[in-house]
Formats: sequence, structure tokens, C-alpha cells
Amino acid sequence: MAFYLLRRVLYAIPIALAVGFVCFMLVQIAPGDPINAIVPPDAPADVVEQVRRDYGLDQPLPVQFGLWLWKVAQGDLGRSLATGRPVWADLSSAIGNTLLLAAVASAIGFTLGCVLGGLAGTFRGSVLDRIAVGAAVAGVSVPHYWLGMVLVVIFSVQLNWLPAMGAGPGGSADWAWDWAHMQYLVLPAVTLSVIPMGIVTRTVRGIVAEIMNQEFVVALRGKGLTRRGVFLHVVKNAAPNTLAVMGLQLGYLMGGSILVETVFSWPGTGLLLNNAIFQRDLPVLQGTILVLAMFFVALNLIVDLMQTALDPRIKRA
Amino acid sequence: MRVRRLFLAAGLAALPLLAAGTAPAAAQGTIRIGMTAADIPLTHGQPDQGFEGNRFTGIPLYDSLTAWDLSSADRPSTVIPSLATEWAVDEADKTRWIFRLRRDVRFHDGSPFNADAVVWNVRKVLDREAPHYDPRQVGLTTSRMPTLRGAEKVDEHTVALITSEPDSLLPINLTNLFMASPAHWERLRAQHPTAEAAWNAFAANPSGTGPFRLTRFVPRERVEYARNEAYWGEKAKAERIVLVPIPEANARTAALLSGQVDWIEAPAPDAVPQLRARGFAITHNLQPHVWPWQPCFAEGSPLRDVRVRRALNLAIDREGLKQLLGGMMVAPVGTYQPGHPWWGNPSFQIRTDKAEARRLLAEAGYGPNRPLNLKVQISASGSGQMQPLPMNEFLQQDLRGVGVNVEFDVVDWNTLFTNWRRGCQDPSARGANMINVSFSAMDPFFALIRFWDSRMAPPVSNNWGHFSDPRFDEMIREARNTFDPAARDAALARLHAAGVDEALFVWIAHDVAPRAMSPRIRGYVQPQSWFVDLRLPYIQ
Repeated sequence: MAFYLLRRVLYAIPIALAVGFVCFMLVQIAPGDPINAIVPPDAPADVVEQVRRDYGLDQPLPVQFGLWLWKVAQGDLGRSLATGRPVWADLSSAIGNTLLLAAVASAIGFTLGCVLGGLAGTFRGSVLDRIAVGAAVAGVSVPHYWLGMVLVVIFSVQLNWLPAMGAGPGGSADWAWDWAHMQYLVLPAVTLSVIPMGIVTRTVRGIVAEIMNQEFVVALRGKGLTRRGVFLHVVKNAAPNTLAVMGLQLGYLMGGSILVETVFSWPGTGLLLNNAIFQRDLPVLQGTILVLAMFFVALNLIVDLMQTALDPRIKRA
Repeated sequence: MRVRRLFLAAGLAALPLLAAGTAPAAAQGTIRIGMTAADIPLTHGQPDQGFEGNRFTGIPLYDSLTAWDLSSADRPSTVIPSLATEWAVDEADKTRWIFRLRRDVRFHDGSPFNADAVVWNVRKVLDREAPHYDPRQVGLTTSRMPTLRGAEKVDEHTVALITSEPDSLLPINLTNLFMASPAHWERLRAQHPTAEAAWNAFAANPSGTGPFRLTRFVPRERVEYARNEAYWGEKAKAERIVLVPIPEANARTAALLSGQVDWIEAPAPDAVPQLRARGFAITHNLQPHVWPWQPCFAEGSPLRDVRVRRALNLAIDREGLKQLLGGMMVAPVGTYQPGHPWWGNPSFQIRTDKAEARRLLAEAGYGPNRPLNLKVQISASGSGQMQPLPMNEFLQQDLRGVGVNVEFDVVDWNTLFTNWRRGCQDPSARGANMINVSFSAMDPFFALIRFWDSRMAPPVSNNWGHFSDPRFDEMIREARNTFDPAARDAALARLHAAGVDEALFVWIAHDVAPRAMSPRIRGYVQPQSWFVDLRLPYIQ
């Protein structure tokens, strides 16, 4: 197991390099100029060139990439071209906000998904099944930015019950677990939870239905096991695959939803990436994508380990 | 059944809690503003995010030597004294300006404003050897004062500013150089390892001489100001200002409707009727802004013919376009409108006259058998671009009626900006005959000179179309060398009139800077400017 862990951690290094390189090249290939993040469009050419030199943007691309990589190896993600602030300062606060949102959204989505999927799989063909399948299809089909806008119109604009945007009455810096702050989470978390809810519902329904048709379930029933006892056996068998799907979904949520965070002005990684893309803020873009990619790698590793723990038949070596 | 009742009871119990928790906070004396910017504009004294930055983190926190008069909605905004009380060019050396400084002005940290502070602030962007030189501020500043080369202290309250060539526009340009506190920066520098780090600390805790002091800064989320009780001029009426970046128009509108902010910039156009119906005030005024098609004058371009350029200006149904925008534009008759000191009364009258447009096109050799085909490079969005896609599609349809076929090359906003500096002969233009980049017309350099001076052709500046006419070069030279303000304005008016007569742009719209605000806001004045005086409004 230790060797497996070490190997997986080592795998992360080429992944980080590849992500950094692809991201760097994509930004370079895209039309436009990162210098526009620093100088206004009407700046004379000599000013543009001077600022380009000051920021090292006149260096050949391999040199720029190498310098960035060298700094990253030392734990320095650089400074934002647009604001001059350290990338890590903005990124760490954004990650915290996105984690908060992702945790609540996944709690809602996974709980609903497991309950609806479990019921639909157990009572296949029933009205309950049709309702659960309908909810799952709606969840994965409805564009969540649109749903977000609709929820804002209903609950913020019309009913004035919940805030339309932001991450707290004074911003996310003074977050507290009270209603004054938590109410800012409700609409974005519900909006973001819809897709994982739909995917988990469909997954769990399929897995549970398949398990319910297996002979060991009939045997368990034949032996006189209670419904609760059978249910526990089904859950245990369904858990590894469900966990794998949840892990992936959690990864997507932690990547931050650019659209949902933009609709709700939620100051997470999605909004940070969105602004960095529009401003061609190369250091922010590279740093954010690199850190998110590492999150994804780590999350997959954790899910793999949990699967092994839950089902010893899955060997990791 | 019992469970259902329980849920029902819990739901009903939660309703008042929900409602109470989100009721708009009592905000006596506090104005909360939703900006269109995606981040807080830089607060170190030279804001980014275009003029929205100057509006919200420049002028409220800092003063410049000269300023725009923002007190009236009825007349064009002009330059007035601010930290300088008077100024004049040195008669013996027209590249040297003498500025007399206001006395008894102090920065927010209590240190005095004087000639040393002016020299220090000029050096921060011009002197690469200065310990406080900040590359980040260079692009944001020197581009707006292209001829400024240095500053010298004459005495405690007099300073000389040096330009690279005689330039009568310097006092106008200086509205963009904000005065930050040298003493405060030096204190921060002593606590931080590099000048860059000191500037970052300064941005989080700035010190200017402006009517507001920064009290709280949450990166990317909000910035809060308190009234500067020691301000040298008329003090602000509002006690506090809170600025929140909300780049998405619908989110901004929802924030206003739900009471999270009291004022938003650029409400979603579709929401304007609803905002009005719910009692919110929609304010707008003519803004020194131009939304044009800028022609290419290179060899082979059909737009080298003044008849074609005039025909296009006459063919556009600007009233129809205004309807499309819900009334949120002014039909232009040039870069400046009648009544502006730089208007100049041109002989060519920009209006809608399709018959005359057809006649001019026919005279230029275009008609049903030989339609005029044009390609325009446009963006799908962008700061100041209003609603580029529907507006351009309207124009495309409109011009088809006079036999002009318009094709669009749609690129992203950042790309369009980059291409703008490269010119219409560069491959980036991809054969476009015109480019659609809106611009601010606050300052004659940015409104006129950079487009019509042959020396401003790419890569120097934004003469994208490579326009070159010695007559215009001479008029520009004359305007920059005329130091009497009235005579300088007359020279600029002649330049503008000549540009309109030659139809050097297809002038399509002026933006009107729509804002939506709570009826509780009083005292607000929307000047004919990109800026607003935040000292005037208050919450009732």
C-alpha cells in the first residue's frame, strides 16, 4: 500500500508539469495580449514595450515558462498581472470559498441523490421511481446558470427572502456559521447541487436495481432477514461505485463552477478563473489551474483508498 | 401524517426567520454601490479598470493637480483647479509648466501635501531609478500623459512640470495623475522587503488627500470608505461608501432589487422598465464617449473616398438604434455635441438622410449593380462597447437598405484591443475596412489627436486606419502650441469640425452611462462625464 501511495504521489508530478505547460501554451496561443491586463488599450507603443520589459513578458516563451516553473518549485505562484497581489493570497481565499460552497452543494446533492436513487432502484417501475428519474433527468439537463437566475428572481427579487449575490454581509473575509452569513450560501449551493444530485440519483438507481436482482438478495430474504438488514447489505455493495462517482463530482464542484459563481458573484475559484481568463492574467490562470488539478489528483487518490477500505476485493498495489 | 405536519410547521416557522434575515440593512449615511468591474480597481493611486477605476478608487480617495468639474448635469465637464490652484506655461520655455499648489492640504495619514509630494508622485511612474518606481502604475498613468517627462520643486508650494514638447493639453492630462502620500509609502517600505510589496501594502491601506478614506478592503469582494472629516474642500454628505464588484448585469440588477445595494452601474437593459416600476431611479446623461466605426484609409480601401464615409454617416437610422437600446444613447453629430467648447460647428451635418446617402454612394460608383461590400471587426462584448452584437446587427440590416453589405469579423474584446494598436494593414485586421472600438472623449488627445495625427499610426497609437493629412497634422500642432485656454479650445474646435467635415469616423452612438438607484438616494448629480462626484449623494 505504501508503494502504491508513493507511486500515485509521484504520478502527480508529470501531471502538474503537463497541466502547467498546456495552460501556459493555451494562453499564449489564444488571441490577445497579456499586457492588456496591465496597460490600457490606448497606451502608446513605447509605454507598452517598457511595461512588457518590466514584467519579463519580452522574454522567449521557454524562458518565461522555465522561470514560472522554478518559482512554483519554490512554492511561489507569482503575482497577478492585473492586481499585483500574490496569486496564492487570492487563490487561497478563493479555494476556501469554493470548498465551502462545494461541501454544502455536495451534501445536498449527494444526500438527495442517494435517497432518490436508492428509492428508485428499490421500487423500480413505481411512481416513486418515475419521480426520481424525472428529477435526475431535470437535474442533469437544466442549465444551472439559468436555474440560478430563476432562483434569484423568485427568492431574492420577488420574495426578498435570500440574498442575490455575495458571500456574506461583509464579504467572505469575516465568514461565520450564523444565519446572517449562511443565507448567502443557500441559493448558490442549491443551484450547484442539482447536477450531482441528478448524476448520483441515476448511478445509485442503476447500481441498487442491479444488486436487488442478484441471487444473494433473494437468499438474504429467504433466510428471513429484515428489510433493514437487506438494505444494509445492498448499501455495502453499492457503496464503492457510488463513491467513485461522488469523488468525481466533488472534484468538479471543487473546480468551482464558473457560471454559478459568476451569477451569484461568489468569490471562489470559478470567479477567479473567469476574471483571469478575460484579463489574460497568466500567473493567476496558471496557478489556479495547477492547484485545482492537484486537488483533483488528490481527490481521486482519496476515493481510490476509500474504495479499497470499503471493498477489500479491490486491490491497489 | 405527523411527519407532514412537522415539516409544514417547520417551514412556516422558518418563513419569518428567512424574511427577517434578508431585510435590507439600515444604511443611514451609507451608500452601497454595485460596480461593473470584476475586481476592486487598484487603490494605490493609479486605478486600473478604465475610467470606472478613476471614478470609484481614484477620485474619492485621491486628488490630482487639476480635476474635472462634476458639479453640473447641464454643461460639459471642464477642467478646474484641484491640488493646484493656478498654472501657466513658462513663456521662456514652452516645455516647462509652473503649478502653484494649494496650501494646508494633508494626506489621510496627516503628512503635508507639498511640492516634494508632487515630484515624488511624478517619479513613481517616470523615473526608473526612483526607489518607489512602480512598473504597474506606469502603463496606467504615462499613457494618459504622453508628453510629461519630469517634475522639479521650485519652492514648498510651487512645482515645475517638464514636457517632451510644447503641449497645451498637459493640464487636462494631469487629471489622471493622483497624489499618493510619500510619507505613508516610506513607512510601509520600511516594513516590507521590496518596493512592490510596499505598494501592495499601500493599496490595502492607502493614503491620499481625497474626500474619502479607505477603511476596509476585501480583495475581489468589497471596499469601504469613510468620509474624510479633514478634507480641504467641500466635505462629502454620505458618511460611508461601500463598493462591490458585480460584473454580471443581471446579478447587479438582482442585487439592487433585493436591497443588497443602493446604486448600480449599467443595469441590465431589459430590467429598466421593471426597475422604474418598482420606484428605482434610472439616471443617465450624455457621456463623452463615442461608439464608432473607425475607417481604414490604406490603399485600395473604399473608405478613402469621403463620399462613401459621408454616405455611411447619413445612412444610419440612429433613432431606430436608440429604440433598440431603450432610449439609452444619444445620436451623435460628431465626437463632440453642439455646446461643447471643442465642437466647432462643422459644415457636414450628421443626420439620417438615406436619399442623400444613396446619391453619394452612386456618385462614388456604388449602386445595385456594384454594391459596397464592407468588413467590420467587432467584439461580442467589452467595457464601453454597449451592446455590440445587437447594435452591429441592426446597422448591418439598416445599411443593406442603401445597398451596403456589411460582413462582421467578431473577435474577443481583448483581441480587438490588441488589433486596434496594430492597424488596418496588419494581418490581424483580416481585411477589415473598419473597426468598432468605443472610446472616451474626455481628453482631446484621446478623442481626436491619436486618431488623426499621422505620427500616431500603429504601432505608436490608435490611428488604426493610417489616416494621414498634413492639414490635420498642422491643426494638431497648432492646438498643442496654443497656451491660452480659449485660443486652445478654438484650435481644437477647428480640428474637430474638420474631422467631421471629412467624416473621419462613422459616428454611431454616444453612451449615456445609465445607472439605477434607490429612491432614498438624494443629491446625486450625473455630470456629462465618465466620473461622478461621490461627495454629493447621500441616503435619506
